[in-house]
Amino acid sequence: MKNKWLTYPYLVWMLIFIFIPLLLVLFFSLTVRTPEGLAFSFENFQRFFEPIYLRVLLRSVYLALISTIICLVLGYPMAMILAGNNFKRKNVMVFLFVVPMWMNFLLRTYAWMTLLERQGLLNTFLSFLGLPPLNLLYTQEAVVLGMVYNFLPFMVLPIYSVLSKIDRQLIEAAADLGADQVTIFRRVIFPLSLPGVMSGITMVFMPAVTTFVISRLLGGGQFTLIGNLIEQQFLFVGDWHFGSAISMVMMVIILLSIGVLSRYDKEHEGGGLW
Amino acid sequence: MAQNIIHLVNVSKNYNGTEALRNINLYIRKNEFLTLLGPSGCGKTTTLRIIGGFEAPDGGEVLFNGVNITSVPPYKRRVNTVFQKYALFPHLNVFENIAFGLKIKKMDKKLIAEKVHNILGLVNLSGFEQREIDSLSGGQQQRVAIARALVNEPEVLLLDEPLGALDLKLRQEMQIELKNMQQRLGITFVYVTHDQEEALSMSDTIVVMKEGSIQQIGSPIDIYNEPKNSFVADFIGESNIVSGIMLRDYLVKFAETTFECVDHGFKENEPVDVVIRPEDIQVVPAAESKLQGEVSAVTFKGVHYEMIVQNNSTRWKIQSTAMAPVGAKVGLQILPEAIHIMKKVTVK
Amino acid sequence: MKHYLKKFYAILIYLFLYAPILILIIFSFNASKSRGNWSGFSLHWYFELLQDRQILNALYNTMMIAVLSAVIATLIGTAAAIGIHNMKKLKKKVIMNLTYLPVVNPDIVTGLSLMILFVFINLRLGFLSLLLAHITFNIPYVILSVLPKLKQLDKHLYEAALDLGATPLEAYRKVILPEIMPGVVTGMLLAFTLSLDDFVISFFTTGSGVSTLSITVYSMARRGINPKINAISTILFLTVLLLLMIVNIRMSGNHSKKER
Repeated sequence: MKNKWLTYPYLVWMLIFIFIPLLLVLFFSLTVRTPEGLAFSFENFQRFFEPIYLRVLLRSVYLALISTIICLVLGYPMAMILAGNNFKRKNVMVFLFVVPMWMNFLLRTYAWMTLLERQGLLNTFLSFLGLPPLNLLYTQEAVVLGMVYNFLPFMVLPIYSVLSKIDRQLIEAAADLGADQVTIFRRVIFPLSLPGVMSGITMVFMPAVTTFVISRLLGGGQFTLIGNLIEQQFLFVGDWHFGSAISMVMMVIILLSIGVLSRYDKEHEGGGLW
Repeated sequence: MAQNIIHLVNVSKNYNGTEALRNINLYIRKNEFLTLLGPSGCGKTTTLRIIGGFEAPDGGEVLFNGVNITSVPPYKRRVNTVFQKYALFPHLNVFENIAFGLKIKKMDKKLIAEKVHNILGLVNLSGFEQREIDSLSGGQQQRVAIARALVNEPEVLLLDEPLGALDLKLRQEMQIELKNMQQRLGITFVYVTHDQEEALSMSDTIVVMKEGSIQQIGSPIDIYNEPKNSFVADFIGESNIVSGIMLRDYLVKFAETTFECVDHGFKENEPVDVVIRPEDIQVVPAAESKLQGEVSAVTFKGVHYEMIVQNNSTRWKIQSTAMAPVGAKVGLQILPEAIHIMKKVTVK
Repeated sequence: MKHYLKKFYAILIYLFLYAPILILIIFSFNASKSRGNWSGFSLHWYFELLQDRQILNALYNTMMIAVLSAVIATLIGTAAAIGIHNMKKLKKKVIMNLTYLPVVNPDIVTGLSLMILFVFINLRLGFLSLLLAHITFNIPYVILSVLPKLKQLDKHLYEAALDLGATPLEAYRKVILPEIMPGVVTGMLLAFTLSLDDFVISFFTTGSGVSTLSITVYSMARRGINPKINAISTILFLTVLLLLMIVNIRMSGNHSKKER
């Protein structure tokens, strides 16, 4: 079958709408506007390493890391429960984890706004118990909660799919060789599930570190993340050069971490950037 | 004189710089059952695919009834193929699969139904029209694949290891059926296999191939009895192949012993390969033979015993209905006609 | 005992996942604006939605873009998948990595890079730019759902069709396409859902006056709570749920057919 021309529309499309735009971002990140026009410069990148912006980067990474760890801690046991054969309606249970992934994350985030706000359900409940209302919304904890809530399924499903593919005979063989339950988990199940854990971490950490919606809606704009910084540069400040530079830094961080993590993911078909 | 239906002239083919076929010259006579035989990677499937039109040769020509069809696409060739794993269309049922080619030709619906009905009778699957492909056994799928090809009334039917996926018993049944079908329909069959027994029992002509070139072409009997070189001898049936020296015409020395033989035309003291079939060696009391050895293993094979006899430097494989126990000293008797002398193959 | 512990844990997690959504849905039927107190069942907010020109407009845009981008992405993506499938190893790998790039690249980068492009080529940000952006991020998902189907195909099917007299075009139409159809349909539904779902890329590639539901929700939510959002959420949630159930049933349907 020699039909390579079938890919041409796709290749042309990707060239125009993926490749060239990224080149433009690179171009803008490496130039500054001067009275004489555009000039080549590393100024934008230097500026990013000023403490005020570095703090934003660190905060983004910090909050994303915390969310990822919470997702892993909550998600791994859940994935194990799903992978075990103890439930009759296993398919439905897995399906229930898929549904939220497809529901608009904006709406999922909004749902928490209505729960956490001062007149929201949680505070109504507290006052019903005779307790004083709490400031729940627009806190750092609310941002982390929003991330965990939004991305938990992305941690559970990859781990589940790896766990459910583990050959039962391996576990029986380990038991046969004298391993107790804890040892089986530590020496057999966990190492085998690492590819799932890695892709779970990637799938949680990546959107968490780049989000600007969760921090905006649940943090109320007080906790600027790197995503918010980019949004501001493009839509309010209008400094595309600096915005592009931040985007480049973020892209490199993310592609690098995916590259490193995907080395564990041997099932990844034909993909992986390295 | 039988007419040549297909003629390959100096056909060669490269894949990424490695030679898959080297100057293949081969003609296929009308109505014969020709088998391309060889180990995997020998170029037999490539040859078949060039005849079918799925691959274009890098050099040479394919003639069909004397007409050059080298650049004719497969859908315009009067050739049909039975694929290795059948390649039945899973979204179509048995009837639709078989009718596929006829529908493409825009044949009348009634005629199609009639032809499909007849061909299903031929392959012993009457009444299977509406069955889904998934619901058929391997053997049944095999028959559908054959029917799908035959219903187009090709002049040549190409079969690419069609029995490879079947179990032994079914395979033997299908061998007989295929051979009968070929004789009844009078269609030329070009058959690819790596199974020498299959080739020997079905073919009119066998083409033995190795590393992209033809080693020998001949009838099954010729190929078995007069293998042209040690590769053919080894590949067709089992053989003892030892190095020897042709002392002079009709006299050869191997295993430190001199034997009379029927071959001639070699240089004096020319190094040669000596091929002896295991069933051509007789076990006799040690004193009655000039070649002796000790039995080191005996295996019961059903019809005969297989023995390994060790003689100083050489291991002999022997098939015999008589048995000598392990450790026994025996003599080996080899008649002049059983000794096949071959030129040494220069190993590349 | 251990079994109950597992069950308890699972229930807690599901509660965490679904309680907010359920509360959101329940309060969309609340008669008053309050998010803490239930003041009676009412379809008030849904009627409000119907009268909101801006939201109806956004709904229209969302649906048009979802349908158009899904169809166009499916055409381009399916053709590309067939072509990629037939490529040599190295070339395939290069193109597959290119295909993964928009999948792994953060949405925000894809969005703003497209925005820069559109501004650069003087394309007015609006419906067309949104559509182009949605097609762009949809194509890889179509390719990724069609390719596995092609991989499962017996590689001789195409040749078998040619062998039986079909021209290459007929072979594709009558054999290859019917065989990979489940993958194509799944890819299209996936593209449709993704388009419906997208916020970030739309946010960057749209201009004033043209809005999708997501964008409308964001601008409303940024200003605070609005029960109309609850009503939109409910509709969108049920739509996505329905679509997913269709996809799921389709898949398991294929499955049971195979097992017969």
